[in-house]
Amino acid sequence: MDLNTILQVLDSTVRLATPLLLACLAGLFSERSGIIDIGLEGKMLIAAFFSAAIAAMVSTAETWQLFGMELTWLKDLMPAVIWGMFAGILAALFLSGLHGLASITFRGNQLISGVALNFLASGITVLIAQVWFRQGGRTPSLISGGRFEEITLPLAETLRPVPLLGPIYADLISGHSILVYVGLLMVPLTWWVLFRTRYGLRLRAVGEAPEAVDTAGVSVTGLRYSSLVITGVLCGLAGAYLATGLQAGFVREMTAGRGYIALAALIFAKWRPWYALGACLLFGFLQAVALRYQNIDLGAFTVPVQFMDALPYVLTVVILAGFVGKAIPPRAGGEPYVKER
Amino acid sequence: MTDTPAIELKGISKAFGPVQANKDISIRVMPGTIHGIIGENGAGKSTLMSILYGFYKADAGEVWINGDRKDITDSQAAIAAGIGMVFQHFKLVHNFTVLENVILGAEDGAMLTPSLAKARGVLKTLAEEYELNVDPEALIENLSVGHQQRVEILKALYREADILILDEPTGVLTPAEADHLFRILEGLRREGKTIILITHKLREIMEITDTVSVMRRGEMTATVKTSETSPEELAELMVGRKVLLRVDKQPARPGARVLEIENLRLTDRDGVERLKGISLDVRAGEILGIAGVSGNGQSELLRVLGGYAEATGTIRVNGQKIDLTGRHSDGRSRRARGIAHVPEDRHHEGLILPYTAWENSVFGYHDDPAIQSGPLMNNAAIKAEAAAKMERFDVRPPNPALAARNFSGGNQQKIVLAREIERNPDLLLVGQPTRGVDIGAIEFIHQQILRLRDEGKAILLVSVELDEILSLSDRIAVMFDGQVMGERLPDQTDQTELGLLMAGVTETGGRSPIEAVDAKLQAKDAREAGQNG
Repeated sequence: MDLNTILQVLDSTVRLATPLLLACLAGLFSERSGIIDIGLEGKMLIAAFFSAAIAAMVSTAETWQLFGMELTWLKDLMPAVIWGMFAGILAALFLSGLHGLASITFRGNQLISGVALNFLASGITVLIAQVWFRQGGRTPSLISGGRFEEITLPLAETLRPVPLLGPIYADLISGHSILVYVGLLMVPLTWWVLFRTRYGLRLRAVGEAPEAVDTAGVSVTGLRYSSLVITGVLCGLAGAYLATGLQAGFVREMTAGRGYIALAALIFAKWRPWYALGACLLFGFLQAVALRYQNIDLGAFTVPVQFMDALPYVLTVVILAGFVGKAIPPRAGGEPYVKER
Repeated sequence: MTDTPAIELKGISKAFGPVQANKDISIRVMPGTIHGIIGENGAGKSTLMSILYGFYKADAGEVWINGDRKDITDSQAAIAAGIGMVFQHFKLVHNFTVLENVILGAEDGAMLTPSLAKARGVLKTLAEEYELNVDPEALIENLSVGHQQRVEILKALYREADILILDEPTGVLTPAEADHLFRILEGLRREGKTIILITHKLREIMEITDTVSVMRRGEMTATVKTSETSPEELAELMVGRKVLLRVDKQPARPGARVLEIENLRLTDRDGVERLKGISLDVRAGEILGIAGVSGNGQSELLRVLGGYAEATGTIRVNGQKIDLTGRHSDGRSRRARGIAHVPEDRHHEGLILPYTAWENSVFGYHDDPAIQSGPLMNNAAIKAEAAAKMERFDVRPPNPALAARNFSGGNQQKIVLAREIERNPDLLLVGQPTRGVDIGAIEFIHQQILRLRDEGKAILLVSVELDEILSLSDRIAVMFDGQVMGERLPDQTDQTELGLLMAGVTETGGRSPIEAVDAKLQAKDAREAGQNG
């Protein structure tokens, strides 16, 4: 195996880990506040659809008019892909809000609410896609301007001849879309928010002992909704990256269980940001290997492609079952807060 | 001293559905005093304090703090009015440090570092001023209950509370820890703080309060100066009739050994050794009381004896060895050997709350041939028997068709006790018989336990209430950290000696009891912190 192959697999690892990482951190905020969020999958999916759909519509529209008003200047404020991204975030926030309404305000069962949101997202994305685009539940392929471009970091080409470090910098570190870097930056940011700010202290407290937060005169409901807002934004970014960064458009069920893998990574990471980065890179690596080695010829027989595709999911189960050790979730997770009598 | 009360409640009323928890309650508490509120469980003490702390909204009435009318709509408003509350169940984040818990909700600015630094300084001052010593960097889960309570007090003081409400503060403490708490409270009173102490223990009221209010069924029945009243008078005001505070009992006439325990050991799933070689025996016609702070192995001992925890060692009942592991180590085999069990936790182990009283009255004995009718249970007979038992044990309301959860704590306990006692066991295990039970029912339950003793049965009593242990037991064994620290006779010991044993102190080494206990606790904290770190 030469350096180039390794770099390609690792490069692919970073790309595939990014949506996992964003979703995993989204789940981290929610679960740290005591709201179990099994609906990461659905939020990513609906964000993927709306970001691709809006990006496609904005990039193909020549002019914008609303109620006779000329709004083309507004459209030209941002590239189509950014319009798409904001649409995706809004869509994810909407589902987050529904989850909050069900599980915080009405004290419903958080698992059921999450599962319901996943079903809702799975159905409604295909339905709207069919109504809008009539392409069998997908969005049109995004052309340039509708996708996140790859960013070449300064000096990438200049440094390429440097042995080992040059290609690592040019191929692995440089050349990703902005959301990859945003995802990576979110890790230290999340750590800092959680462990160095007042908001983080309260957030961690409300996931462990909401009654302590309540008696300290801080609103449990407010904190939990605020964490769901962060969750929605991060899921929105994850979905936008899937449809307009990693790929060029939305296809049905394109999240393919990534929301659940992100949850698994969250448990594996024991609800900690840096560990989450490690866990997501591991799961991303497994996906990258499966993508790269579709048919492995062992001479006597060929490992079928289905096996390689299933491998990341199988390993997810194995890792969770065998290697997590004692993962202690936030103590108040899944419990609606009710003042005791 | 001024004439303006620190707290004045005027005509507070609060109803939960049809239940009137507080009825037109008015009190005045002067600044710099300790005011006790005493009453049975469900008398409305906690509801009243929750209204003062903004947890509930009163249906009617006014709250005046230092002469100003305050509208306390939430905890934030209460804190702003200078009220701090120490709840019975602590409101602490178990995996946070002491400092983090103290600043939670009272941070200075959005960044933590400066807030923590400031709190560290304030805590140091408070520790010196009021003997409130706690390691600010320790995790709550590694602290003893007494230290956790100090954190709660520190939280209130850090918020500059002038009025401190403590809800049943000594329920979880050893006597020495309780003494230390009272010293802290006296220090606070000297500094001019106003303290409200909610309790159902008459001794504490007499010991530390300046004035006392008695509540009964949601009403304030009296407010008196503590120096002008007596425990007997307060008890009568609480219950509404004369109560026998001392248990009247005949000397025990112990017979043959019914229960013999040798070198009993139990290691739990986390690998912690909970019982470290317990050896005890109980004879017919005597009550062996097991004293100890909860969590020192008493619960495990009861579970092993009751047949729902496995252990190693030897247990003989009437001379016959019983199985401690395997198929024949369960509740049914224990009952077959003449062991009856009134569990510590009646809600989870003693009753099935949604089931009716008559159904609960046969659990564990439901396969008795006497109550079968062919392959079916003879429900009519069970109901009739349940009704008769409830009559004999004065369970109110005497309605066997009512779900167990609809009875008060005392009446629930009577249902369990009736079930176990009336089967005529050789050995009765009783855990916390009067936890959460009203004074009136306590008296009755004690009489039933003594009656069984006088009939020549062996009784093993586990209780965290030292008063109960001292007044009921014929012999007292003290447990600490999974071991029996010693045995004493009730007329040859006192609360102080038992309290030291409960803290694991057998030698005071010339120090005062409180210092000895503190040293022991600190050593324990340090050891646990070492294990966790």
